[in-house]
Amino acid sequence: MYEGIVQDLIDELGRLPGIGPKSAQRIAFHILQTESFDTTRLAEILTVVRDKVKFCQICGNVSEQETCAICRDPRRNGAVICVVEEAKDVVAIERTREFRGLYHVLGGAISPIDGIGPDDLRIAQLLQRLASTEVTEVIIATDPNLEGEATATYLTRLLIQPGLRVTRLASGLPVGGDLEYADEVTLGRAFEGRRVVE
Amino acid sequence: MPTYRDEAVVLRTHKLGEADRIVTMLSRQHGKVRAVAKGVRRTGSRFGARLEPFMVVDMQCYVGRSLDIVQQAETLGSYGADIAGDYARYTAATAMVETADRLTDHEAGLQHYLLLVGALRSLSRNEHPAGLTLDSYLLRALSIAGWAPSFVDCAVTGAPGPHSAFVVQLGGVVSDAAAPPGSPRLDADTLGLLAALLAGDWATADAADERTRAQASGVTAAYTQFHLERGLRSLEHVDRTSA
Repeated sequence: MYEGIVQDLIDELGRLPGIGPKSAQRIAFHILQTESFDTTRLAEILTVVRDKVKFCQICGNVSEQETCAICRDPRRNGAVICVVEEAKDVVAIERTREFRGLYHVLGGAISPIDGIGPDDLRIAQLLQRLASTEVTEVIIATDPNLEGEATATYLTRLLIQPGLRVTRLASGLPVGGDLEYADEVTLGRAFEGRRVVE
Repeated sequence: MPTYRDEAVVLRTHKLGEADRIVTMLSRQHGKVRAVAKGVRRTGSRFGARLEPFMVVDMQCYVGRSLDIVQQAETLGSYGADIAGDYARYTAATAMVETADRLTDHEAGLQHYLLLVGALRSLSRNEHPAGLTLDSYLLRALSIAGWAPSFVDCAVTGAPGPHSAFVVQLGGVVSDAAAPPGSPRLDADTLGLLAALLAGDWATADAADERTRAQASGVTAAYTQFHLERGLRSLEHVDRTSA
């Protein structure tokens, strides 16, 4: 235990996700001992980010305005919506430069054991969006884990309707890996999702 | 460093740090185990898919100071994909693993392990409606834990049944003499279904009508919530529309 304010700083840092007591102590001493560390700028950003950043009213992505830059962009294809769990998934998909449609951020995945059901996610907003716009395809890009798959199953059951194509991201072997190291679940998925080579 | 090897079913996972997970497993010989699986959230992980909930694995761990570390995991039963492909089965399986998590500790619990693996296998194969499989699992898991309900003889006096008054707090059906005033009463069909679910009489259970199943589910949920003291979070999300 350190005295007063140093311990307070370690405690506050330790409350952040992914930061344990040791990491919190290391960060606190980095702030204390590094003279070039701009604490004023960090404090200002932490204050401003809570006031300025909000969630896009259309897709739920983080934004500094009422709607995010992607929803405001007229060059994006509004007929295709990619459904993701978190805002950070939008960034991951944008890095591919393969997708030019719009997004819908659910805000998590269905996880009954954590008390998260369909009503706790932005599923009603997605249905409203589909009813009010001319969307022809919904790409479900939830995580390829159990909660993500169950969420995809639930969404598929809700979304299947004439004139709307519902697709799921392919899953299988990672690029650059060796086949012999692939686990049987992933390899099985790769076989299920194989395609004709033309 | 001491290591051990055991068969286990994955109950739940928690994210840890950048790419790790804490995996809670119910093992055949070591009871409930909590272990860190390093790097399993990365897409290139060699055994991330094997440590998802509802998977049955042959795992090797080494004993850590607070949490064990998973060294290897090989699949023995892969039920996750089939269960997650049906929402009713997924919510039922989630309630099962939460119950197992609450009823077990680090002491060996072979009966709990075998019951859970059997129930998950049955769900993945869609052998019976998901709601019935869940109710049967809950009643049997509570029985193993020492809270076996009585559906025929009086739970207080042992007087031979049939009785119709059902009091959760007293452990099942009770005779008219032992029943507190205003005790709820169950019809013979519901009590018959509950007894069949507890005994694993699937011919009787599968033949029950929707109304009887709904009654039996309500009784099972109330009995489970009472004995587990803190409510099961997943039970309120169980989808019985297609059960």
